[in-house]
Amino acid sequence: MSDLMKVSSNPHIRSKTETSGIMLSVVIALLPAAGFGIYNFGIGALVTIAVTVAFAVLTEYLFEKLCKKKVTIGDYSAVVTGLLLALNLPVSAPWWIGAVGSVFAILVVKMLFGGLGQNFMNPALGARCFLLISFTSIMTDFDCDAYTGATPLASLKSGADVNILDMVIGRTAGTIGETSMIAIVIGACFLILMGVIDLRIPGSYIVSFVIFLCLFGGHGLDWAYISAHLAGGGLMLGAFFMATDYVTRPVTKNGQILFGILLGILTGIFRLFGPSAEGVSYAIILGNLLVPLIEKITLPKAFGKGGEKA
Amino acid sequence: MNSVKERLVNGIIKENPTFVLTLGMCPTLAVTTSAINGLGMGLTTMVVLALSNVFISLLRNVIPDKVRIPAFIVIIASFVTVAELLLQGFLPFLYDALGIYIPLIVVNCIILGRAEAYAYKNPVIPSLFDGIGMGLGFSVALTCIGAVRELLGAGEIFGIHVMPDSYVPVSIFIMAPGAFFVLALLTAIQNKVKINGERKGRDMSKIQSGCGSDCMSCADAGCTHRLYDEKAADKGHKADTEDIVIEEIKEEENHG
Repeated sequence: MSDLMKVSSNPHIRSKTETSGIMLSVVIALLPAAGFGIYNFGIGALVTIAVTVAFAVLTEYLFEKLCKKKVTIGDYSAVVTGLLLALNLPVSAPWWIGAVGSVFAILVVKMLFGGLGQNFMNPALGARCFLLISFTSIMTDFDCDAYTGATPLASLKSGADVNILDMVIGRTAGTIGETSMIAIVIGACFLILMGVIDLRIPGSYIVSFVIFLCLFGGHGLDWAYISAHLAGGGLMLGAFFMATDYVTRPVTKNGQILFGILLGILTGIFRLFGPSAEGVSYAIILGNLLVPLIEKITLPKAFGKGGEKA
Repeated sequence: MNSVKERLVNGIIKENPTFVLTLGMCPTLAVTTSAINGLGMGLTTMVVLALSNVFISLLRNVIPDKVRIPAFIVIIASFVTVAELLLQGFLPFLYDALGIYIPLIVVNCIILGRAEAYAYKNPVIPSLFDGIGMGLGFSVALTCIGAVRELLGAGEIFGIHVMPDSYVPVSIFIMAPGAFFVLALLTAIQNKVKINGERKGRDMSKIQSGCGSDCMSCADAGCTHRLYDEKAADKGHKADTEDIVIEEIKEEENHG
């Protein structure tokens, strides 16, 4: 497809793509991961997901009613936020964690900045970091009926062996939606086929992360180590579903690649040199904050500008 | 205008240094992890502010205009030293809790701002009460922020456990981000009250401007309400536009 814009005279054909359609396909794409989470962790995961999504939608509805604004819950963006947040919670977390997180995500991160399209960081991730800082012990307690002990990434960090096959399928401890690489990739393929996301951000994110691992991981080009890092933790979920958030990613194409590279490096730094095993959420949030700067330096020149100097 | 009561109301409500002028943000955000720390910081600042206002007002005809800022700093720093030693001697727990932020009161822009904007131009008694009013406003604001943060972040107010035992403290509120959340929330509530007041027809115009002094002698060059001297600007335009532009850019850089 050509990137050139060809403008003909009216009447124009209008695209049928709407916010609600895009958001609905993201919800559908998240279903495999959510379904596997429920299968993996039991009915508790379903309760967490239901409560978190319900509170996200309810918060948006009540806020807009109270402020006498147009109610926008019909665009499903609150559902996506709630679902993403739920997939980022450990199954052992009490129900009110999801509720508090949803209220924070929608009210503070999204609505106070002006609603959909105005928030400067991904609401689900903002809320996850809020919960992680506030309730550290609850948010990092991955013990549940199905699994006890450390997450694969934590074992990896302490030097223990991990079973890569289990990690790819998702039979490990972790947050509800992050464990299964297969389920996430199925959802991501759906999104790519639907044309909702492209590979620019996830691709550059994962590639730069792998390069960073090879350079600084201390294992060189050890594929077992690298694939364990790729399959473990929230990297896949973050790369395909959260870094690609339309609102908080750069608009320019080169900017998106730069954004992905930045996330890869940040994630590598947090995972290898940080005190905790995981760093995807902090990396993406930091990346979100830099988006205006990234857009500024990657802004394409308008036609006819700067010709003399070049 | 200069009555005692007017000065107090002005400092606590109309020109509250924290919620309206948003001055002195560094101690506001840093020490308000608990209500008692906020109160301690506020009252210490109030004492220094009142005393330095009195002395600067007394010496206002003696201090040469060109070296007034260093002169103010010397006076303020002397009182801060006194306050620091008194705190260390009599309230050691507060001294430990406030730490570096006690000596930093010297550079608190509320104190320097009041010296420049009020005490340097007004008689002693109004200056004293201007200092007390501003200091009280600062204390009230810091205590409120500290109380909310302590309540949410630790389930206590002034060290007394008030939340039910089942309450899990949201520890982010006693960390740095919590200070921003609570400050924003309280400022929003304060603005809401003010807007409601306006609707009811009360004269709130003075609150909106955020300062009562004239802009030409105001030290706060970054103030958004600042009115520039248009005559001087015109003259400058005719003389050399480029120089002015360069100067403006330099000034912007300095402020930035």
